[in-house]
Amino acid sequence: MDRRTIIKQISILTGAAFVGGQIFIQSGCKTDGQTTKALLTNDQIALLDEIGETILPQTDSPGAKSTNIGAFMHKMVTDCYSTEEQRIFIEGLENIKQRFETKYSTSFISANADQKTAFLNNVNTEAIAFRKAKKYEDPEHYFVMMKQLTILGYFTSEIGATKALNYIAVPGKYDGSYPYKKGDKAWASS
Amino acid sequence: MTDTTYLNIKSTKLHTYDAIVVGSGISGGWAAKELTEKGLKVLLIERGQRHDHIKDYKTASQDPWEFGHGGMTTQTQKSDYPVIHRGWAAQEAVMDAWVNEKDCPYSEIKPFTWWRSYRMGGRSVIWGRQSYRLSDLDFEANVKEGIAVDWPIRYKDLAPWYDVVEKFIGVSGTKQGLPHLPDGQFQPGMDLNIVEKEIAKKIGTHYKNSRHLFIGRVANLTSDLPGRSKCQYRNRCWEGCPYGGYFSTQSSTLPAALATGNLHIVTGAIAKQILYDKDNKKATGVEILDTEDNKTYEFKSKIIFVCASALNSTWLMMNSATDVWPEGLGSSSGELGHNVMDHHYNLGASGKMDGFEEFYTYGRRPNGFYIPRFVNLNGDKRSYLRGFGYQGSASREEWQRDVAELGIGVDLKNMLTTPGQWQIGSTGFGEILPHHDNKIMLDKRLYDKDGNITTDTNSGKPKTDKWGLPILAMDAELRENELNMRKDIVEEMKQMFENAGVKDVNIWDAGHNMGHGIHEMGTARMGLDPKTSVLNGWNQVWDAPNVFVTDGACMTSSASQNPSLTYMALTARAADYAVSELKKQNL
Repeated sequence: MDRRTIIKQISILTGAAFVGGQIFIQSGCKTDGQTTKALLTNDQIALLDEIGETILPQTDSPGAKSTNIGAFMHKMVTDCYSTEEQRIFIEGLENIKQRFETKYSTSFISANADQKTAFLNNVNTEAIAFRKAKKYEDPEHYFVMMKQLTILGYFTSEIGATKALNYIAVPGKYDGSYPYKKGDKAWASS
Repeated sequence: MTDTTYLNIKSTKLHTYDAIVVGSGISGGWAAKELTEKGLKVLLIERGQRHDHIKDYKTASQDPWEFGHGGMTTQTQKSDYPVIHRGWAAQEAVMDAWVNEKDCPYSEIKPFTWWRSYRMGGRSVIWGRQSYRLSDLDFEANVKEGIAVDWPIRYKDLAPWYDVVEKFIGVSGTKQGLPHLPDGQFQPGMDLNIVEKEIAKKIGTHYKNSRHLFIGRVANLTSDLPGRSKCQYRNRCWEGCPYGGYFSTQSSTLPAALATGNLHIVTGAIAKQILYDKDNKKATGVEILDTEDNKTYEFKSKIIFVCASALNSTWLMMNSATDVWPEGLGSSSGELGHNVMDHHYNLGASGKMDGFEEFYTYGRRPNGFYIPRFVNLNGDKRSYLRGFGYQGSASREEWQRDVAELGIGVDLKNMLTTPGQWQIGSTGFGEILPHHDNKIMLDKRLYDKDGNITTDTNSGKPKTDKWGLPILAMDAELRENELNMRKDIVEEMKQMFENAGVKDVNIWDAGHNMGHGIHEMGTARMGLDPKTSVLNGWNQVWDAPNVFVTDGACMTSSASQNPSLTYMALTARAADYAVSELKKQNL
């Protein structure tokens, strides 16, 4: 990965800069220090597993939960997010939990997949509207954070890279007009 | 490698060498190789730690899931490396490569992004590897346009040394027959992919072959060299290549220098000053500072090659012979520290290409296409001087695409696990004119305990690095010529893409701080006259002819091509000259 990779990242840059990534943002960075106390409870991590699984469910390959996506998100939010981003993420997580229980009279974790998908689709629609209204430098919506982390964690996991995608550690050669059939999997890293 | 190659400074007895090379990066590695192969006993000084080929490339063979943060950096790293976080280099795999900015601060009178790697091999381990020759279009530009001073050399002086360097390091590329971007000694070029080929063809047709898109000339092997395997298309070069597939000091020049038995290396040693004998008007050696215990040691030599990277080479000269010249060795012309250059970039265009859905790519090519300069050339005339080139690539969208606006669930997963539409992007690299007022200096201002500048000489102190050494202050910016060129860079790329059938073309210009191109040049320029230049045509300091400065500091103009190949050729040429002068007892 080098400076040519920025071409690859243009879609990310012009869309949502990766939260915590600070790519191309030339502001100073606050030190938030390492927290000694765990940021999220086990229940919250379990809820993130379910949210991740709803974003990237099991299909012909395992879903995000199989990669312990909740623990990955916990690590990323703890290590890579600013205090402000952490606050938005955690409040958003609680928001999902409460609103879901109010609406369905059951917990997110014990609900069925259709309920989870319908609910998070609505949250996703809210996030898209939120992004349209916000200024570029304003923080992202918490659900964009969850979506980004789910996708990053899943596709860089062993299951995501080798089962959902096609991973070859040492290609050994380059073919710039490699035949492709519709439905063939994409490469895990390029 | 013998156990005695790496010196323990504290217990070493041998303090006298034929030559001392300061810095082990792209230029210093070449100086060490050439000088040892010609029989000189050489000491190579590196301020950072040892970083052995293959053994120390600790992430190079890890799979993506072994990294922990999916490639992203942590808040602690953001705090320790704020400059690195201004750009794309802040990535989990390579954070160890960058210098700790708290230990090694610098001042920005104007914004300046300085990307430094202090360890064995320097930035040769993490460089972008694009390798292009300069031509007489570049060497003659200053004198023809009345800008700065004339280069003391022409293409014919450097051409044989480009040959030597390209053959040894291995540059893959294709011959194009363009006088302003001379062909070289190439290994077979890598392939353009099918979309890049289509766009190359259409650009050629539309512009009647006055513009060219071809595969980048890159210091990655497409054929094996002794001790090195060809590129395996992993595209993880900057973590260090376990195959030696690209040129770095470790893969290429260092093994050659070690094989002579003439090389000693000292790491963790900052070259603090060049020792200067004012009676004989020659340098006598280098004083180094042990970064572990802050003690200093003197090493003597007949000649010194200063290859510490452009701005640090000048820093070293500014700290040397100050009893003779208050502004340092090489400052008698008044040009030391001046004429900082870079390549301005951080701008370009991107778009989508319809069709080609029955094609994909296999392998991760660590290279892209190149479009060399076409402005102010062959009758073309612009409102600004000089020109620019482009680098880019085409690829199909993969899982990294923007998902913020997309839905969730099965559809999202199916979309991200299959390749999307072809897209293409291209970044401009523009020449920066040498300007006397673009400068660096030792920061001699006084700071109070809160870090604010003060005039109180009692409480105020100059800022220093971790070892109490003076730091650099940067005072350089893009000027009118560059800013005018930038408008043209994005507009021309947009037009070329549209003329080649690319859809939804977006242009972008994220602005450019000096240094962000990682091509720092100038501050000790070569010239024909000691009154207006720091170095002569053989890279010798006019004021100390046994000191040679052969890294980016020596550049008299920047051209628009990636510069490292030129530093290597200049270093090999200067080393050859230095040895022949030594034999004639002229040094």
